[in-house]
Amino acid sequence: MNAVIETRDLCKDFTTRIKTGRFRSTRRIISAVKGVSLSVEAGETVGYIGSNGSGKSTTMKMFSGVLTPTAGHVRVCGLEPVPDRLRLTRRLGVVFGQRSALWWDLPLKESFRLLRHVFNVPRADHAARLKRCRQVLDLDEFMDTPVRQLSLGQRMRGEITAALLHGPQVLFLDEPTIGLDVVSKQAVRRFLADLKSAGDTTVLLTTHDLADIERLCPRLIVIDRGRIVHDGGLRDLRDRYGDGPEVVAEFDVEFDVALGLDGVTAERVDGDPRRMRFRLDRHRSPGEVVAYLASRAPLRDVSITEPNIDTVVAALYRDGREPS
Amino acid sequence: MAYRTILAPYARLVSAQIRSQAQYRTSFVIDLVSQTIFTVLEFTTVFVMFQVTPILGGFDFVEVLLISSLSISGFTLADLLVGNVERLSMYVRTGLLDSVLIRPRRVLPQLLAVDFQLRRVGRVGFSVAVLVLAAAAAKLDWTWWRVVLVVVTPLTAAAFFSAVFVMTATTTFWWIEAREFANSFTYGGRDFTTYPLTIYGTGFRRIFGHALGFGFVAYYPALVLLGRQDPLGAPTWLGWAGAPIAFLAVGLAAFLWRLGVRHYKGTGS
Repeated sequence: MNAVIETRDLCKDFTTRIKTGRFRSTRRIISAVKGVSLSVEAGETVGYIGSNGSGKSTTMKMFSGVLTPTAGHVRVCGLEPVPDRLRLTRRLGVVFGQRSALWWDLPLKESFRLLRHVFNVPRADHAARLKRCRQVLDLDEFMDTPVRQLSLGQRMRGEITAALLHGPQVLFLDEPTIGLDVVSKQAVRRFLADLKSAGDTTVLLTTHDLADIERLCPRLIVIDRGRIVHDGGLRDLRDRYGDGPEVVAEFDVEFDVALGLDGVTAERVDGDPRRMRFRLDRHRSPGEVVAYLASRAPLRDVSITEPNIDTVVAALYRDGREPS
Repeated sequence: MAYRTILAPYARLVSAQIRSQAQYRTSFVIDLVSQTIFTVLEFTTVFVMFQVTPILGGFDFVEVLLISSLSISGFTLADLLVGNVERLSMYVRTGLLDSVLIRPRRVLPQLLAVDFQLRRVGRVGFSVAVLVLAAAAAKLDWTWWRVVLVVVTPLTAAAFFSAVFVMTATTTFWWIEAREFANSFTYGGRDFTTYPLTIYGTGFRRIFGHALGFGFVAYYPALVLLGRQDPLGAPTWLGWAGAPIAFLAVGLAAFLWRLGVRHYKGTGS
């Protein structure tokens, strides 16, 4: 076991004051994180999913030493984040999608140079890492452009580079693809896929973009209202929360077979009696349904649609919102 | 070695900030001029007051100008180096504080360096010029220890005001609305120190001048420089108490700052 991030029963409470009178106020304790236990191994790329206010950023802040946990245990790279902040930051790369770590009015390359000094990185290591990022993230054409003139996509590629120049063991990416154009999105994903296959950086990726997850994260941790509600693969998540797959079949003749299968519902597509859509429960496999149909009616064409991850996560949140 | 690894990165941050501001040359020049005018106006109040009376609290114009310029030189230097800590609540709101926390450097020096405001340098220049003029006009008896004192006093005043800046800014970690209250100490303290202690009522003098330490910033050192006895009868050696008092204030400020950052890490706001 070589856990890079490890937490046990991690909790965070915030106290807010609510005015109840002119001078009086009552304290209310809000539990943002209620007992999160997880362990991320070296080299893993994990999707960290949660809606706003789910406790996602609060846990990220506890991992990076910005917030002190109210209770529980947290270790990142074997260090306790808050007391070991200065040592931990050297092993940690953080990208906040909404805020910049770059110098707004200076050419991009200046930011990289400054960060080399702030993080005290040996010149050769810095140059080697920068060279790699320049290639894979296509930075060359805007290295001399002031950051304020970069497009969002160019800036994000700069931010990711900035977070990696000190060679962190762990990278926290908060919404790295939010609002990016298609080209930049692909460049970022390609780069993260490379990083993942190199295998020496642990990545915790927060995203609303489900294509990011499908492409990059074999493991998903879903947090909702301060608790982990799912920790596993995308497939498991789909199996638990998603609608089943759909089979759309086209027949030579009008389809009027009484379906002898439970867990399958049929409807006409656009009112055409020869084209049918079959919705399958999670336990039904499309293969078995297709074989069944082929044996009952002259099948001309068939297509199978796996459920979209969008609907899976939406269903998950809906589930979580219901009063328990 | 220590310089290269510990201080040089902050120097680079300051230089990057200056180069960033140099991108907006016109705006920089306008700011520089208007900031300097503020300081000119502060001295003008002293001048205006002496249009009404030839003596203020037992001191003539040049003597009061010496007190004012000692204090204002220190204040403007503190404002140049540390004054932007006043924007702490903005740093919290914009997330700058978090960004600084995830870098392997000290929090306060980083905040001061990344938001360094060079445009305040004109104020320092102007007030030091007034200090030089006032010291020349006062025809001081230049013994070596007076030379030391006239250099050390603005520096200890700067250290003292820096501590005040940090302490008052730190209160916003606990109460966001404390801004106005905190300002009354910073700017009230500065205004207090520009005049001789003798013009204030006993209670006010004891609290601001002695208990809070503002009297040691400029008034007592100025007495030593002028070779005058305190009209209120305080011993002369108090003129040398500025440095140890500034030292205490800086220690207290550092302590409060750490407490404030710890509180921030607890509450996230």
